[in-house]
Amino acid sequence: MLDMRAMIVKEFRELVRDRRTLGMLIVMPLLLLVIFGYAANFYVSSLKTAVVGPQAAQTAKTLPPFFDVTVTEPAGTQADAETLLRDNKVDVAFVTGQTPVLALVNGSNLFAAQSATAALNKAGNQVKTQVLFNPDLKTSWVMVPAIIGLILTFIGTIITSIGMVREREAGTLEQLAVMPIRPSRVILGKIAPYFLVASIDMIIVTVLGILLFSVPFNGNPFAFALGAAIFLFVVLGLGVFISTISQTAGQAIQTAFFFLLPQILLSGMIFPLEAMAAGVRWIGYLLPLTYFTMISQGIMLRGAPIASLWLPFVVLTVMAVVVFTGATLRFRRDLAPGRPASPADSQPAETETVSTA
Amino acid sequence: MTYSVRSATVRFGATVALDDVTVEVPAGSVVAVVGGDGAGKSTLLRALAGEVPLDGGTVETPPKQRLGYLPASSGSWAALTVTQNIDFVAGIYGLAGDELAARRAELLDRASLTHAAGRLASQLSGGMRRKLGFVMAIVHRPALLILDEPTTGIDPVSRIDLWRLVSEAAASGTAVLMSTTYLDEAERAAHLVVLDRGRILVQGSYDQVRAGFAGVVTQAGQPVRAEWAWRRGRVLHEYWPGGDPSTPSSPPTGATAVAPDLEDIVIALSLARRNTVPA
Repeated sequence: MLDMRAMIVKEFRELVRDRRTLGMLIVMPLLLLVIFGYAANFYVSSLKTAVVGPQAAQTAKTLPPFFDVTVTEPAGTQADAETLLRDNKVDVAFVTGQTPVLALVNGSNLFAAQSATAALNKAGNQVKTQVLFNPDLKTSWVMVPAIIGLILTFIGTIITSIGMVREREAGTLEQLAVMPIRPSRVILGKIAPYFLVASIDMIIVTVLGILLFSVPFNGNPFAFALGAAIFLFVVLGLGVFISTISQTAGQAIQTAFFFLLPQILLSGMIFPLEAMAAGVRWIGYLLPLTYFTMISQGIMLRGAPIASLWLPFVVLTVMAVVVFTGATLRFRRDLAPGRPASPADSQPAETETVSTA
Repeated sequence: MTYSVRSATVRFGATVALDDVTVEVPAGSVVAVVGGDGAGKSTLLRALAGEVPLDGGTVETPPKQRLGYLPASSGSWAALTVTQNIDFVAGIYGLAGDELAARRAELLDRASLTHAAGRLASQLSGGMRRKLGFVMAIVHRPALLILDEPTTGIDPVSRIDLWRLVSEAAASGTAVLMSTTYLDEAERAAHLVVLDRGRILVQGSYDQVRAGFAGVVTQAGQPVRAEWAWRRGRVLHEYWPGGDPSTPSSPPTGATAVAPDLEDIVIALSLARRNTVPA
């Protein structure tokens, strides 16, 4: 009995020292409960709506409040309505001036589209409904572009942070620190292979998604590649950052999960952002995957041009710069605590003197 | 060319790891730092390597291009082969092509690692791994070579190999600063630095350290004062510092005095500090 008690006491002592595991055990369930509770909602309570065509104003007035009319353009045509949907400005667009009225639904916002078609079906013959970008409202069409982002996040944060932290565990980071190589080059040299592997992974997943699930690729592949590259910089930067706050691979994995889980739940990938309670929705807008999903769904499903996706592109670029700079600075502190800033770059003198007095 | 730390002080929180330490490492010679665990050996080496910021004092060190460093940890990348490890480090120092191939072959031969060139570092014995670490530290012909306990935990034959490599490096003009816990090994160095709890107890050549040692070391079956005694093999040695009125400072008549070796000197001086200066 005494031996088991000794084991239990020892285990508790270790657990108390391991703050991260303790945090995971105590904070994680609470966090999951609260976030899931507020975020888990498939029901969209209102739809951003456009009404175009000669009877736009009258039609807008007759629509139930569920259709939140944000655009009314009497001079607008069906093409204008499609552009508004392609740019993701609205979920539904009514084209008036024909009988029955044509309702175009943005199928790339799956749950909004499902709510819209359900509501429109009640109107019977008065409205002809047409779902664009995802006519059969297939879940896979919406999920595959988001999963590409999730896979990149996985490689970027977990695999990269493990690779970086391995140097610390093995003690080789100390060796790199005395070598004449700039910390930024150590980072770039270390993440370049992950960048390449993640890019290849992205191509494979995208092609497989298209082949297996018939997900369309309607937009510009170069715009998609650009978005993916910027996003990769964000998540690789996160990986480097995680490695600077972890001492072991185990800690790095734990920490990466803290970053990964909210991205799965709150990026709009599973639960629509617009259906979340405001208290957790703002977290979604801080997550890089939210913006990559906007880009990947926009380009793949709607064929959206880069001009209409400027916001997620700008946000991801700012995130990439901030995260990467922060991670590099932290890594530099680990790598060169004692030296004056990059002596390796100045032309070597015979000796250098570091003085504190 | 002489590299140095002067009046170096390093604190980690409330702990003083180095306290006003001055050490010079002239080109072409081996300086050995000895001391027990926590004496400050690694901190001194890392301070000279620029890895630990000083809280006081100065460091004179070559630029990174001319510095070689073998940390106390593995010193090599486990998932790379011996050749790949050397090539990686050489690449950082700008060595490539025929020059690298020639240098690699020469160093592998000198370290008796040629037969293991294709083996993963993780599959090497402890001694071979340290030799690989040494080879990686000198591949770029550094002006200052810093070795943190290069021989700890390896077999006597590998120790001899490593010492030969260290001596060859010094003979070719490299300034070598190494730490060790093996005092017999330290006796071979041109200059010794004995550290205890961050302070230098004594430094100089082995002869100088011996000549400067004050007091008497005796040998007996039972010590007179247990706090001044230590075991050497089957007998106990005891230190009589002399000049301290609070303790009997000279041995009783009939006690057998011994000629102290470096181990006796280091232990005696450490005890003298511990028994007179509170920790």
